[in-house]
Amino acid sequence: MQFALLIYESPAAFAARNSDDNDPYLGAWRAYHKALVEAGIYVGGNPLRGPETGTTVQLKDGKRRVQDGPFADTKEQLGGFTILELPSLDAALDWAARCPAASIGAVEVRPVSSEYLHRVTG
Amino acid sequence: MSGSDQESTHRTTHRTIERVARESYGRLVAYLSAHTRDVASAEDALSNALVKALTTWPEDGVPQNPEAWLMTTARHSVIDHVRHQQVAEASEPTLLLLREESNEVTSSAEFPDERLKLLFVCTHPAIDPAMHTPLMLQTVLGLDAARIAHAFLVSPTTMGQRLVRAKTKIHDGGIRFEVPQECELRQRLDAVLEAIYAAFGIGWDDMTGVDQRGRDLAEEAIWLARVLLQLMPAEAEVRGLLALMLHCEARRAARRWPDGRYVPLSEQDSHQWSLPLIEEAERHLAEASKRGRIGRFQLEAAIQSIHAERAHSGRTEWAAIMMFYEQLIRISPTLGTRTGYAAAVAQMKGAEAGLAALDGIGADDISAYQPYWAVRAHLLQQLGKTPEALDAFDRAIGLTEDPAVRQFLLQRRG
Repeated sequence: MQFALLIYESPAAFAARNSDDNDPYLGAWRAYHKALVEAGIYVGGNPLRGPETGTTVQLKDGKRRVQDGPFADTKEQLGGFTILELPSLDAALDWAARCPAASIGAVEVRPVSSEYLHRVTG
Repeated sequence: MSGSDQESTHRTTHRTIERVARESYGRLVAYLSAHTRDVASAEDALSNALVKALTTWPEDGVPQNPEAWLMTTARHSVIDHVRHQQVAEASEPTLLLLREESNEVTSSAEFPDERLKLLFVCTHPAIDPAMHTPLMLQTVLGLDAARIAHAFLVSPTTMGQRLVRAKTKIHDGGIRFEVPQECELRQRLDAVLEAIYAAFGIGWDDMTGVDQRGRDLAEEAIWLARVLLQLMPAEAEVRGLLALMLHCEARRAARRWPDGRYVPLSEQDSHQWSLPLIEEAERHLAEASKRGRIGRFQLEAAIQSIHAERAHSGRTEWAAIMMFYEQLIRISPTLGTRTGYAAAVAQMKGAEAGLAALDGIGADDISAYQPYWAVRAHLLQQLGKTPEALDAFDRAIGLTEDPAVRQFLLQRRG
């Protein structure tokens, strides 16, 4: 089954993306990505630009509301996501713990809802 | 009594309760559940008794025999529980037995130590092996499900449910509270030793310096092994396990630089190793070897013992380490053993030979085994095979959970 690893990162981690190629956080991510691919469990994923680049759209009572920034204003923000194919939540938690963001931010593990996807896509 | 006197009495009482709870928890749960096989009720009863102690002891003073007091109070709670669910006919005799024994305990303030039986129950073949250690940590040491969940990297709700399921199995599955017969004792004892060692391993890997959780679990494992040794003083492998853990524990302070960076074993300052722990480990290992029954844990302890000799001799006898690994592979060919063997081969016969030993390990097993990739990266780097080394370093880094080890490997990778 598929699990999404939702990567929550601090402002400092977002800022580190502007550093050079020798940045240890970037190095850790490269290595982690390679380990996921080599283990044959990597399905997909993407990093996201910083929360300040986000724009949130809502329709309230038929009226558009557009807001600068992310939907929820918290210190750690969604910085990316990775989809993994794994046999169990236990295995997904093992991989989440190895994620470089786990020791400086947080990694939320969510099962992909294939049932709902099936109902949506028909 | 002045306010501050009262406060300090309260603090002392709390400390007494904590101490009694720690030392007696397993003994009380084991004894309370030995007849009923109902571990969950025994734990509930004991936690009720502990709550009662917290409210009454500060007022009435700590009883002369706190453990007997907890036992009697918990026992009454069990009797109430049995009375409430008195649907089965069998419960009347149980009730009688409980009442009789309850009186006995109060009068003699002594009860048999049933913890050995409880250890064998927790590691019974009918119980999912993944639950052996969590069950043991909960029933013998009283750790709560949330803390066990942290250590095992499982969601707290899931861990709680799995513990409940395992206890139901003990009760409903007819798992008997007994020390196994001679014919199956060895095998069953292995499961107990494995479960204790797993707790130690988690505590060991989890040592990030910031978090005390890992450290505590390693200490709990050593404590469990000491209890087991008290109960089975003649078993060589029990001493082997204790010696192994003490050798590792002796190096705790040397595993990190003061700023938290990781130090590999070969670069550790042996002056920082704890000599009293090493000496204690050596005594157990020597005692174990007199029994003439070699086993996995004695061999692993022997390997650590050779590493420890560096504190005196300044050098490491890799030939001896390789020989012990060869014996170990014969009885326990795990990934860890085979990787350790390859590292020893590399020290003795060079990096090429070490790599060849690593190549002998099946490709399926290694995709998520970090130490394999760390050793491989190191050997490839020694041989100047840069692209392959970088690739292996990435695998090792990507599989690392500990930020200090990750940082160390990133630096070595260059």
